[in-house]
Amino acid sequence: MVLSPRLRELFALIPVTALVGAGFLAVLITRTDDASNLTLTYGAVFLGLCVFGHLFIRARLPDADPYLYPLAVLLAAFGLVMIYRIDAAKAGGQAAVFVLGLALLVVTVLFLRDIHALERYRYTIAAAGIALLLLPRVPGIGERVNGAYLGIGLGPLSFQPAEFAKLAIIVFLASYLRDTADVLLRPVRNQVWWLPWAAGALALLVGGLLLKLGVPGTALLVLFVSSLTAVLQERPSLKHFGPLLLVWGLAMVMLIFIRDLGSSLMFFGGFLGLLYVATGKLSLVGIGATMFLGGATFFASSVSHVKERIDVWSEPFAPNLVDDEGYQIAQSLFAQADGGLFGQGFGQALLDLPGGGKLLPAAETDLIYAVIVNEIGLFGAVALVLAYLLFTLRGFKTALQAPDDFSKLLAAGLTAVFALQVFVIVGGVTKVIPLTGVTLPFVSYGGSSIIANMVLLALLLIVSDGARRDRRRRGGLV
Amino acid sequence: MNAQIVKLFVLFVVLFALLVGATSWWTVFGAEELEDNPANRRALIEEQTIPRGLIYARDGRTVLAKNIARGPREDTPRARNLRTFVRTYPEGPLFGHALGYSFLRNGRRGLEQSENGPLAGEENEFQSIFSQVRSQAREGRDVVTTLDPAAQRAALTALGAKKGAIVALEPQTGRVRVMASTPTFDPNQIPSRFSQLSTDKEGKPLNNRATQELYPPGSTFKVVTAAAALDTGKAAPDRTFDGSSPQTISGVPLTNFGGQNFGPVSFTEALTNSVNTVFARLGESVGRRTLIRYMDRFGFNQDPPLDYPGDQMIASGVRGDRGQLLKGNAGFDVGRVAIGQGGGEGQILVTPLQMAMVAGTVGNRGRLMRPTLVERVVAKDGRVTDRAQPDLQSRVMSQRAADQLGQMMKNVVKEGTGTAAALSGVEVAGKTGTAEVRNAQANQPWFIAFAPTNRPKIAIAITLEDQPSGATGGQTAAPLAKPVLQSLLGKEAGG
Repeated sequence: MVLSPRLRELFALIPVTALVGAGFLAVLITRTDDASNLTLTYGAVFLGLCVFGHLFIRARLPDADPYLYPLAVLLAAFGLVMIYRIDAAKAGGQAAVFVLGLALLVVTVLFLRDIHALERYRYTIAAAGIALLLLPRVPGIGERVNGAYLGIGLGPLSFQPAEFAKLAIIVFLASYLRDTADVLLRPVRNQVWWLPWAAGALALLVGGLLLKLGVPGTALLVLFVSSLTAVLQERPSLKHFGPLLLVWGLAMVMLIFIRDLGSSLMFFGGFLGLLYVATGKLSLVGIGATMFLGGATFFASSVSHVKERIDVWSEPFAPNLVDDEGYQIAQSLFAQADGGLFGQGFGQALLDLPGGGKLLPAAETDLIYAVIVNEIGLFGAVALVLAYLLFTLRGFKTALQAPDDFSKLLAAGLTAVFALQVFVIVGGVTKVIPLTGVTLPFVSYGGSSIIANMVLLALLLIVSDGARRDRRRRGGLV
Repeated sequence: MNAQIVKLFVLFVVLFALLVGATSWWTVFGAEELEDNPANRRALIEEQTIPRGLIYARDGRTVLAKNIARGPREDTPRARNLRTFVRTYPEGPLFGHALGYSFLRNGRRGLEQSENGPLAGEENEFQSIFSQVRSQAREGRDVVTTLDPAAQRAALTALGAKKGAIVALEPQTGRVRVMASTPTFDPNQIPSRFSQLSTDKEGKPLNNRATQELYPPGSTFKVVTAAAALDTGKAAPDRTFDGSSPQTISGVPLTNFGGQNFGPVSFTEALTNSVNTVFARLGESVGRRTLIRYMDRFGFNQDPPLDYPGDQMIASGVRGDRGQLLKGNAGFDVGRVAIGQGGGEGQILVTPLQMAMVAGTVGNRGRLMRPTLVERVVAKDGRVTDRAQPDLQSRVMSQRAADQLGQMMKNVVKEGTGTAAALSGVEVAGKTGTAEVRNAQANQPWFIAFAPTNRPKIAIAITLEDQPSGATGGQTAAPLAKPVLQSLLGKEAGG
């Protein structure tokens, strides 16, 4: 018997129930030695909301992918347990934001009947995205956190516009590339296959021997020159490249003015991913990547905060850094080492200093992954990464199933930017890349992140519903 | 387009695999290095929630270090997590250097550092799983030291406001009974006054002068030279030596104290009156290699094997102009080293602990016992988990040579330079020393001794730093031995 998608979704909520129940109970037991009714009610209300979300999807998007929603809720539930464990007072706020996110998901699904409606407003959406990005630099409402202009404050409310800007940019790029991917490059018949290689070799000689750029510099130059040669052979349409150069410029602006390496990496990575999906040309990605890396390297040597981030990343344990700029990453790694294979157990990690103060800074936001590793160990962390990988898999699957190019690009872009966000923050916390202030989607504390990712989920579900309904009908006809 | 989407997914699989790889690196393969990183204070913070073991004086009753509990008192897991313990030292500055301290922000020093394992209740993996299963809270083990509060108090009183150090130990067992260094510090004040104490370049109150300061030993080093000479047969107590002054040593004239010309003297008289020319000549006849060999046996040229942190001890020996230890093949002036001095090529520099070990070796008939500060370690249930057994560090010289040397040192106190250390009812054997420091602007007086001479129970070394140039070991250092020896030897010493 084949279960209907919605029934599968409902069954997939069972692990969420188990996790919420067991997680809260474990934290409660280590905390107060007896489980209080109040907080269990709390968990029950959360589960009720999850079931409500399921019923809504059942009603409005009956054909949507059955795993995306349970995975998102699983991650959110897990995040809630972790935040409750780190700071019980903040869990209430996070739960409220989750309700708000769920509401926004409902609103998005209700109002956005046809995903293609987004295409009509693409320039408005792009402008809104850019405006959102620059908002934190507006005097009076911009907030500076750890040297980066990430948040804006409006009275008591503060939110991080970059989280919403990422959706806007992806929608714009998906729509723009659907139109222009075919005309960006106009392949010529008599291409000289060895020309990019020759150009690369020449760049190697020039960069390595004449300019003495060193290994990374030379590699960048070689990649750039050979990619550029390959692209030029395809007679690129300069007029259509304008908006793409704008996106590159935007990423650089973010790097310098917003001082946010993480978001800019996420945006630009998402952009390159989309560019590749739309055109299938690795050479374009090569140019983009080298331009981004080249720009970042240039600013790393000329803009002090970027350089500082790089220094901290390469040598976090240097005596002059470890208790200062390197404190965050050093403490993150110490926490992970303390976790080991199986972790210290829920509620057992050392977070507070006796006598007040926090050992681990930003434990509920940027460093939440380190707390997770500390408490549930390598195995738990791998399970978490697998959950993200499954979400990514379902997202890309949606893109594969989508009937039209815009839906494909939108689903692929949203999924790519989601997965990149996971990579940027987990990679930062584990010192794979420099640590930057990006949230772990659905898990980290923070309203903007949850709400924006709920909208992302809504968009994926809409695309998926359309795609699978289409298939079901066609299947039915055959 | 679909092919690209699949490839993009594969890229993310690779990237996520990278994340899993990095996490496994930090949690498993690189974890040990991270746990050992000095910036990682997790262990220190966790140890705060463990009641640290107490530290006792030699009597097993006088508490030298205990804990004050802060936070909830009830015995629930939650309360246990919130409760912390802060160290307090009831005897205040009395054992500042020997005990050291243990505080979250200032780290550890002294015995608190070297005995941290038992004090913090560290367990091996197996024991730890066992106590977890029995849900036992981790507890520190108590450390009973060899230290004697009354004698320590006498030593600190004797030193008074002067900078200096006194070390007293048992020659037969190596147990350190007194370890005094002035100016001392009150470990209770470390959290509030650490920056002030650690930056005082003049008084250096955190430095343990008994173990980590190097001083020229002056004539007390003649005991080492005499041991080498007697044991190798280059000298005998009755043999006559030329005590005239000056004599040319390494091409430079050397005079006796005050330029005194002793003429022909016996070896005993030479030590009694600390005749420089005799010992310098003897040093040359013993030779560098042999002198260094005897120094090695006495424990020079290595960190003392005391159960105390290595970074708070330093090796005594002949040191070159860059502070490096010189061995037998280096071209130092052996004649001047033999009388506790030296020259541009190398100078003999020692710690008070090392000189107490020298006196103790003579008192213990030529056998050097490994010095120790910890008598036993006791678990909370009363089990003794570790007990220090007297341990032979080295056989320095024959019993005969040691006995001869002891007799000669007895004469020093009876009628020579060390008469100020004489006690009623107890015979003391000793040797004074006066080294010139800061280009003869100041003196470093010394006195080393053991008592009673027939069955030695205590060996002692005393030195004072930066004294006026008139101050000699006999006049300023030797008198300080009296109250300490009286306290340690009790009634027999007329105390």
